[in-house]
Amino acid sequence: MEHVNISTQKPTVVSMRGIVKKFPGVLANDHVDFDLFEGEIHALLGENGAGKSTLMNILAGLYKAEAGLIYLNGNPVNFNSPRDAIKAGIGMVHQHFMLVPSQTVTENILLGLEDPRFRLRLRDYEQKVADLGERFGLHVDPRAKIWQLSVGEQQRVEILKMLYRGAQVLIMDEPTAVLAPTEIEGLFKTLRSMVKEGKSIIFISHKLQEVLEISDRVTVLRRGKVTAAGIPLLNTTREELARLMVGREVLFRLEKKPLQAGEVILSVENIRAENDRGLPALNGLSLNVRRGEVVGLAGVAGNGQRELAEVITGLRKVTSGRIVVQGEDLTNQPVKIGIRRGISHVPEDRTHVGTAPNLSITDNVIMKNYNRPPIGNRWVVNAIAASKYANDLRNSYEIVVPSVATPVRLLSGGNLQRVILAREISSQPSLLVAVQPTRGLDVGAIEGVQRLLLAQREAGSAILLISEELEELLSLSDRIYVIYEGKIMGEVLDGDLEKIGLMMTGTPIEKIEAKGGA
Amino acid sequence: MTISPSKSTSRLRFPFRVQLEPRLANVPRWFPTLVSVGAIVVALLIGAVIIAIAGGNPFATYSHIAQASFGSLGVFSDTMVKAIPLMFIGLACSLAFQMRLWNIGAEGQFFMGAWGASAVVLLPILPPETPRWLFISVMILVGMACGAIWGFIPGFLKAKLQVNEIITTLMMNYIAVSWVNFFIFAIWTEGGFQMSPVFPKNAWLPRLTDLAESVPIFRGLTTHFGLILAILASVVVWFILFRSQWGYEIRLLGDNQNAARYSGISVTRNTIFVMMLSGALAGLAGMSEISGVVHRLQAAISPGYGFTGIIVAWLAKLNPFGVILVSILFGALILAGREIQPSGIPKMIQGIILVCLIASDFLLRYRVHIVRRTEE
Ligand SMILES: Nc1ncnc2c1ncn2[C@@H]1O[C@H](COP(=O)(O)OP(=O)(O)OP(=O)(O)O)[C@@H](O)[C@H]1O
Ligand SMILES: [Mg+2]
Repeated sequence: MEHVNISTQKPTVVSMRGIVKKFPGVLANDHVDFDLFEGEIHALLGENGAGKSTLMNILAGLYKAEAGLIYLNGNPVNFNSPRDAIKAGIGMVHQHFMLVPSQTVTENILLGLEDPRFRLRLRDYEQKVADLGERFGLHVDPRAKIWQLSVGEQQRVEILKMLYRGAQVLIMDEPTAVLAPTEIEGLFKTLRSMVKEGKSIIFISHKLQEVLEISDRVTVLRRGKVTAAGIPLLNTTREELARLMVGREVLFRLEKKPLQAGEVILSVENIRAENDRGLPALNGLSLNVRRGEVVGLAGVAGNGQRELAEVITGLRKVTSGRIVVQGEDLTNQPVKIGIRRGISHVPEDRTHVGTAPNLSITDNVIMKNYNRPPIGNRWVVNAIAASKYANDLRNSYEIVVPSVATPVRLLSGGNLQRVILAREISSQPSLLVAVQPTRGLDVGAIEGVQRLLLAQREAGSAILLISEELEELLSLSDRIYVIYEGKIMGEVLDGDLEKIGLMMTGTPIEKIEAKGGA
Repeated sequence: MTISPSKSTSRLRFPFRVQLEPRLANVPRWFPTLVSVGAIVVALLIGAVIIAIAGGNPFATYSHIAQASFGSLGVFSDTMVKAIPLMFIGLACSLAFQMRLWNIGAEGQFFMGAWGASAVVLLPILPPETPRWLFISVMILVGMACGAIWGFIPGFLKAKLQVNEIITTLMMNYIAVSWVNFFIFAIWTEGGFQMSPVFPKNAWLPRLTDLAESVPIFRGLTTHFGLILAILASVVVWFILFRSQWGYEIRLLGDNQNAARYSGISVTRNTIFVMMLSGALAGLAGMSEISGVVHRLQAAISPGYGFTGIIVAWLAKLNPFGVILVSILFGALILAGREIQPSGIPKMIQGIILVCLIASDFLLRYRVHIVRRTEE
């Protein structure tokens, strides 16, 4: 095994050769080669289900490959568990965190380690954790309990956990999918400071912009095979990467038919509601969505977007105000009524709300129509009709899975999102409330989802699109509202980014226009 | 006090170690059954070793147990009699556990079912000369209703006030036992004994021995109509859980309550109804025991069926048909326990089987590798 890469003179830290991994019905990795140099950020790209997580799980000792070899600094290694891998200096941060909510940050970091046999000097360890955080710009209170932390902070704890165990190679599986834009900046700073200290990073993401911004080289997987092996990013473009991933040209500009919006389908009038902790989340918010239009809702995460979606779909009660759907007052009506009236909801949290992990794909796609013909028949569920329905959706929404009897917890992130979308869109809703519908999807799939949304718009649905991706909002929406602290700051029709930015930080549109006019 | 100086260096290491890898892929359908059967075999082997060490003859002991519970039509019939209440209670628990409602009050619901069925005869709700079909139907209904009420109370408290059902169901067991005791001591007592008078024959569930006139081989067999009811109940529960809309709601609620709420399914209503049906099934166990076996209300009607039923449900992996099979196994062990009581062997085997089955669950979740230790 050649130990030094000639062209860059950087030593190769990890080298994977001919990795093969099969799952029932899929070849997730098909003779994959992968090289990681010391001190680089190496992006791993690929469509949903291309086998990225699988490859990295093999490197991190979670799965065993059927064939292939892994070399670490030129020596063959054989990991039987994540513990072996981390001992060898390879740590992975998974998309779903594995932290104990009721314990503190420090306790979570020490969990499973042999060093502090008895919890005698937790203080010292807290100091160690704080120092480590300081060094890499990972700021968390070592004494905070996990449940008190935001998703971004929890991710920092996961990274700290790996650094504390002496990881030299850090694998990040879609780390930015759960972060707000400002948090992404922070994460990138951390990654850069880690690289400076000689650590090497593997970065999985679907967002080409990010990949271009942060990585040195990229490896692209497609249906389990390598289509680009460690090419330097300086020499490629976004379009080129997209083509390598999807195998065809991807249009980043969607054709949107001009449509005359119809009558008002959803009208939200001056509503107030509280969040889970009983604090005001919506403070007199009003908006409306008409037939045949996509209305975007922009805003920094945590400004009441989730609560708004829940209030409209009946999952949360309002304390005042009115919600009218197609002329019918649905204020504080149960979820069931909303579903009957044709409200669909793509929830933000796909594993905790959108799906039942241990139930099959069939059971998951019939969640909204199990009690209506042809699936629901009097009081039974017609199993044959249900599995036919599930198979139809699998085909038309390209859910890659050997069988519809597979529990959804085994699906790749993107396929899971497709299951939810398939269920919510196939019912031909009159109103679709979509929260972050393309989060975690690959470029090809994003294009697919966006097409679906636009097709639904043409079919006469009213669509409320809640997203943090400004680019997505701009390309899909007919109008954009901006939400800030539970109130609408204003509405823009022309996609004026500057205005949106100002409103997102809390300046009402009246003020902006007054200034502009003056 | 001396401390060994070279504690860390002289540590002897076994050349192999066991490695666990969590199973991420789904196991094949037959795998869980195979593992369970394997666990029972392993348990019997362990039991054999213990018997041998104690100076017994394992082979003779096992054949004795088998004889005592499956050896002839007569004892097999007795095994079934022991298994019937376990079947009902196993079903009651499976139903509730599917929704992750931890109903551990089956014992109390059993007693209330027995009380309700007795009340039909003793209160009396129906006169003694009532025709058998009517007598028994009403006893079934009242028994189930009383069990359902005993399930409703914790269900309601859980649904409306988030009171932990484990505590309430457990506590209500004691109330039910005391309630029955009060009646057999004070009200329905027969000549000062702590038992009610024997029920009229019209209130007895038909037994095989009743058919001895036409089928002589059935003479003396005490297996009663409860067996048919239990098998029917298992089909019904299976159908509810895996084919009906209500069962879909129960399974969805059990797997992810948020997803169920998001699908418009009422948590409150289902909590109450599932607890009621679970209670009703346990109540039916009480009714069938009273009307099929004891034929009077007395204190010692349950050797802990309500708790063994929890284990049955768990070992059957909450599958209604599995409950029937596991109940027969446990019925056999209960019966054999009576037969060769002094040795306590069946109790021990029951314990070992339990431990092995629970431990075997591990194999479903982890893959075990044995690897050679490498020098570090
Ligand atoms: N434990 C498993 N059991 C069965 N199939 C699996 C399992 N894990 C992954 N797969 C399948 O292997 C393929 C690759 O999955 P993987 O999770 O590696 O994709 P991915 O590239 O990470 O996709 P995404 O971007 O959607 O996360 C998929 O078809 C997936 O359904
Ligand atoms: Mg993945």
